[in-house]
Amino acid sequence: MIQVENLTKLFGTKRAVDGVSFSVERGEVLGFLGPNGAGKSTTMRMITGFIPPTSGRVRVGGFDVSEQPIAAKRLMGYLPENAPAYTDMTVYGFLNFAAELRGLRGEAKKKAVHRVVEMCFLESVLHQSVETLSKGYRHRTCFAQSIIHDPDVLVLDEPTDGLDPNQKHEVRGLIRRMGEKKAIIFSTHILEEVDAACTRAIIIDRGKIVANGTPDQLRARSEWAGAVTLRVQGLSVEAVKEQLGRLRTAAKVIAQGDGGRVLATVFPRNRGDGELTREVLEATRGWRVEHWHTEEGRLDDVFRSITMPDTQR
Amino acid sequence: MNAWANIRTVAKRELGAYLTSPLAYVFIVIFLLLCGFFTFMVGRFFERGEASLVGPFFDWHPWFYLFLVPAVGMRLWAEERRVGTMELLLTMPITAWQAIVGKFLASWLFLGLALALTFPVVLTVNYLGDPDNGVILAAYLGSWLMAGAYLAISCITSAMTRSQVVSFILSVVICLFLILAGFPPVVRMLEGWAGSWLVELVASFSIITHYDGLQRGVLDVRDVLFFVSLIAFSLFVTGVILRGHRAG
Repeated sequence: MIQVENLTKLFGTKRAVDGVSFSVERGEVLGFLGPNGAGKSTTMRMITGFIPPTSGRVRVGGFDVSEQPIAAKRLMGYLPENAPAYTDMTVYGFLNFAAELRGLRGEAKKKAVHRVVEMCFLESVLHQSVETLSKGYRHRTCFAQSIIHDPDVLVLDEPTDGLDPNQKHEVRGLIRRMGEKKAIIFSTHILEEVDAACTRAIIIDRGKIVANGTPDQLRARSEWAGAVTLRVQGLSVEAVKEQLGRLRTAAKVIAQGDGGRVLATVFPRNRGDGELTREVLEATRGWRVEHWHTEEGRLDDVFRSITMPDTQR
Repeated sequence: MNAWANIRTVAKRELGAYLTSPLAYVFIVIFLLLCGFFTFMVGRFFERGEASLVGPFFDWHPWFYLFLVPAVGMRLWAEERRVGTMELLLTMPITAWQAIVGKFLASWLFLGLALALTFPVVLTVNYLGDPDNGVILAAYLGSWLMAGAYLAISCITSAMTRSQVVSFILSVVICLFLILAGFPPVVRMLEGWAGSWLVELVASFSIITHYDGLQRGVLDVRDVLFFVSLIAFSLFVTGVILRGHRAG
């Protein structure tokens, strides 16, 4: 549904987005990750046709956004960053306005407004002016606007920004459910959202894509992936470190005392082959192991190691 | 057909925004008070003893509009840019010019409403004497066209900045130039050192020169065309500026 080819945007001499290519199909929810200023919003603005790309192109449902903007925009719903809305209107008026611009009239318009009001829990503020809404409600109002025409493609720029934990949960659920039938891109810098809602994630840094894969694939890139953590009783920190460090597939061991017990983590030499777990289990036979588990890898760790300049690592 | 529906939707929203804001009513009241005061006190409507609105009423409009129209137009795009709703509006399946025309029409209608509310002065002059109502109608049309021209210029300045205040000041300055280019004292001063062709050229750009004819009931196509093309050109420039912002 969405094809992005070699998209580049220059602001002056600064490359805000630099040769970004990816595609999103129906049934996919793509998480767009990256530090602030990485080019997430700029990319989304180019996809939705708000700003023209310096080079490269975007096609939505087969329509080139630069050449056939109206046809492409019809297929898309867009929640801009910070969820702007006309403050002088009521929620009801605003949604009607959005529906009309989407070409909905009469009964169809009424139904569409009613549907999104229900989906986004806006009944209680329907006739309140947008100006007086709390941030969460304003956000949901703008979100409601983006899905009012039940679009095939949804572009959401930080859809959970400024929501409380319950609302965040709600919105993620909504995204996941809608993602079964639509192509969705959403940006976030909250990593847990990738697990909660995405089928695939892209990490973008300084305008370039630095990682692209399913959440599990990304996690596997973490140095934590495949590491074994265990809590042992009756041994000293040094002894644990020494014995585990001797394992053939262990790259590094960290261990610390924990009230008479030792908490140790062994990192694997080769990620993801599961060899380390087997070795650790063998080596610790006869130990008093209270607890152990194999780490799946941590997204925040991957995120940090990919997006931080080398000097700060 | 579709284009017109989009323009109407945008215009309807914009007009709604005016009519729900107290500022709009303050504007109308100030405009009407000014009209009343200048017509009857400064313009000495009663002392003139003629059944005409040309001198005492319509003469003042270019000057009222100088401050009032930029005040109406300043928020058009500046506010959209400041709040970020422009991103919402321009990613809807409508073209930029539909949005520009829709917003302009709404403000222009609003100014038309304010102007229409001066009708008691027409009733008064009809009660007291026997004026040529055709002339009055032509003058109203001219006044409204002039307001549209000012407004289109305010559209440009509003698109240039996020700040309504900056937009206001800029459009007042530009409109002032357009008035002064044909203002008799300025024209006389220019005649002192410039060739007559230059004076005429400058004056032909003036709003006053073209308004004068309409105000006196002379519906000259050239004058109407001047205002219409000034509006069209200004809206075109607005579009160029908006595109420029988006291109970064």
